Amino acid sequence: MDALDVARWQFGVTTVYHFLFVPLTIGLSVLVAILQTMWHRTGNERYLKLTKFYGKLFLINFAMGVVTGIVQEFQFGMNWSDYSRFVGDVFGAPLAIEALVAFFLESTFIGLWIFGWDRLPKRAHLASIWAAAIGTNLSAYFILAANSFMQNPVGYRINPDSGRAELTDFPAVLTNKVALITFPHTLAGSFLVAGSLIVAVGLWHVIRNRDSADTGAYRFATKFGSWVVLVASAAVLFTGDIQGKIMTDVQPMKMAAAEGLYTTESPASFSVLTIGSLDGSREVFALKIPYLLSYLGTGDPNGTVHGINDLQAQYATQYGAGSYTPIIPVTYWSFRFMIAFGMAAGAIALLVLWSQRKGRTPSSKWLLRAGLAMPVLPVLANSFGWIFTEMGRQPWIVFGEMLTRNGVSRSVSLTEVLTSFTAFTLIYATLAVIEVKLLLRYAKAGVPDVSEQPPTDDTDDAERPLAFAY
Amino acid sequence: MELTTIWFLLVAVLFTGYFILEGFDFGVGMLLPVLGRDDRERRVLINTIGPVWDGNEVWLITAGGAMFAAFPEWYATLFSGFYLPLLLILLALIARGVAFEYRHKRPEASWKRRWDAAIVVGSLLPAILWGVAFANILRGVPLDADHEYVGGLLNLLNPYALLGGATTLALFLTHGAVFIALKTTGDIRERAGALAVRLGVGAAVLAVGFLTWTLTIRSSAAAVVLAVGAALALLGGLAAARVRREGWAFTGTAVAIGLAVATLFAALFPNVLPSTLDAAGTLTATNAASTPYTLKIMTWVAVIFTPVVLAYQGWTYWVFRKRIGIANIPQH
Repeated sequence: MDALDVARWQFGVTTVYHFLFVPLTIGLSVLVAILQTMWHRTGNERYLKLTKFYGKLFLINFAMGVVTGIVQEFQFGMNWSDYSRFVGDVFGAPLAIEALVAFFLESTFIGLWIFGWDRLPKRAHLASIWAAAIGTNLSAYFILAANSFMQNPVGYRINPDSGRAELTDFPAVLTNKVALITFPHTLAGSFLVAGSLIVAVGLWHVIRNRDSADTGAYRFATKFGSWVVLVASAAVLFTGDIQGKIMTDVQPMKMAAAEGLYTTESPASFSVLTIGSLDGSREVFALKIPYLLSYLGTGDPNGTVHGINDLQAQYATQYGAGSYTPIIPVTYWSFRFMIAFGMAAGAIALLVLWSQRKGRTPSSKWLLRAGLAMPVLPVLANSFGWIFTEMGRQPWIVFGEMLTRNGVSRSVSLTEVLTSFTAFTLIYATLAVIEVKLLLRYAKAGVPDVSEQPPTDDTDDAERPLAFAY
Repeated sequence: MELTTIWFLLVAVLFTGYFILEGFDFGVGMLLPVLGRDDRERRVLINTIGPVWDGNEVWLITAGGAMFAAFPEWYATLFSGFYLPLLLILLALIARGVAFEYRHKRPEASWKRRWDAAIVVGSLLPAILWGVAFANILRGVPLDADHEYVGGLLNLLNPYALLGGATTLALFLTHGAVFIALKTTGDIRERAGALAVRLGVGAAVLAVGFLTWTLTIRSSAAAVVLAVGAALALLGGLAAARVRREGWAFTGTAVAIGLAVATLFAALFPNVLPSTLDAAGTLTATNAASTPYTLKIMTWVAVIFTPVVLAYQGWTYWVFRKRIGIANIPQH
């Protein structure tokens, strides 16, 4: 074990952890904004209750996304300073723009929304949650543009004197085809999480809390969330398909690694499940769908998909001797888990909708269990998706330009990285337990009573309790 | 003006804004057990910064991002070199941010006590460590010819840097007390006002000592003017605090902190991280900078979006301009 290994583990743990919260923030900010808009339009109290209820869950989660995000920005400089030197000219710009354009918007307007319930005019308050939601979604775009440069570097040149990447075409960086498709795919995955949470909480109340006066609100939430999940599932599939083709084009090794495809095939069949020896020399068991991989990768059922062995040989010629192959079991299984967990949420959403057809009230214990599992499934899918994306790029930190092992900080000792890795893991684990317990507590508490509307005149609130105060 | 100079100024402005804004957040957090005698009083204190602390913290994220984009060498050397202090700052900011949001989510006293501790420690550590870090930037650190930090942790804990830490601690405490006096009503306001004066005297002594020492390490005409301005603003703020002119007192401490940070940057320029070893190791606004193309794009983005950000953040402060007291805290 050396500092490089620990720095990689720390990046993996802190990033996956950060992304447990971020998708919920991205999706739920928009869905809460939609609920509040429905209240604004119809005046129906049911939507106000749901806005406040899911808004509270949103905020419990939001805090975690914010504080774990600061670590991400600092970590590049702390653990990956040679990487930062190499790409700073290109990679720093989207990060800085993300902070200036998106984070300020998000953070400032979240504050206005939390504390502005009866201090801001209704319209301005509604606009606040929308501004925060837009900020949140914009931030995803800029960070994905930065990440896409690592997957598919564009719009730069290598300065022959300094050996560093220099920006030559900023619009090209922002319109990197990997970024343009990863952004909607990530958003779709985020709405999968947010919709699933709305369904799970709503369904729990519909089935377990039958006598509640708010059953109507929960039933609505359950259906609303299910439709969000279904649309998001379709969007995940659609964008994922395009992403696969782009990946085959710009990172063929990643596609081959996703499939464990060792030899080039045309047409190539899609492996549903293959168990074999790691070097691909021997298959023990294989379940394959002919032509499908060719179609997924190239859009042509007879298209050629390059295999790991051929690509490895090609890269060794191109970049010099060495291994250019990711860890195949990691990429192979994370790719499958991503798809399976993501699709499972969509399937449960269909069941939930079916159970409520024509005004029926679902009561099945099994449906409830499936419903409660729903939010966990896309969270796992998102995590495996990122593990696949980042591990599939290895050994590169910037594909074709810099190896991960060359990006690590030279001046940081093993002890220092171990200290930070341990500290982050411990504090993150503690906070995860606290956060999940709080979410469950507030989810069970149900929608709030909104009948006691404070006086709406703005003349004297000196003595009035503040809404949503800390 | 050179683009590199413009970006040096912008990074300076971002850190200055960060310390003015989060300075009082830190102060409020540290004074929680001092000025908040019971749970409702503590809630008053937290709610004075409730709507704004998160937006204030984005100044740091933007400053870090601007440093990364405009001066990658500076960002890389500084963040890897000041590893453990930054780690502590990060852990503190994590605990503190979550604490604001979670403290009131359960009624048990033990639950609240723990989050209160997180707020106090999470505010105290960065309040000291930012001073230590910036003093070391100004003093210079051992950098080799590749601009890699080659000193250890102890190198960062020199007397000058520790005085810097004590100075930011005292300044932020004073700034926080003045802010509380400005934003609350009743008994808390009185106690905060009185405390601000006492804290402020200590802060003034430390600040004058630290800035004088700073100017003996490196200096420029602008730095001297700014340092004198910082001292005068702090004394003016204290005088105002003494006669309970809270708006002026807050203006005074805010300007003092701003000018003190500006002093450090003015004394530093054109260096961004001097080396105490080989002069070739010194990072400057020129040799640490990105290419003109990147700086030009970033300048356009900054020119367009900074006024927008300032407008809506300013509006937030306007919306929540009213004082609050225990009557505004709901019973549960």
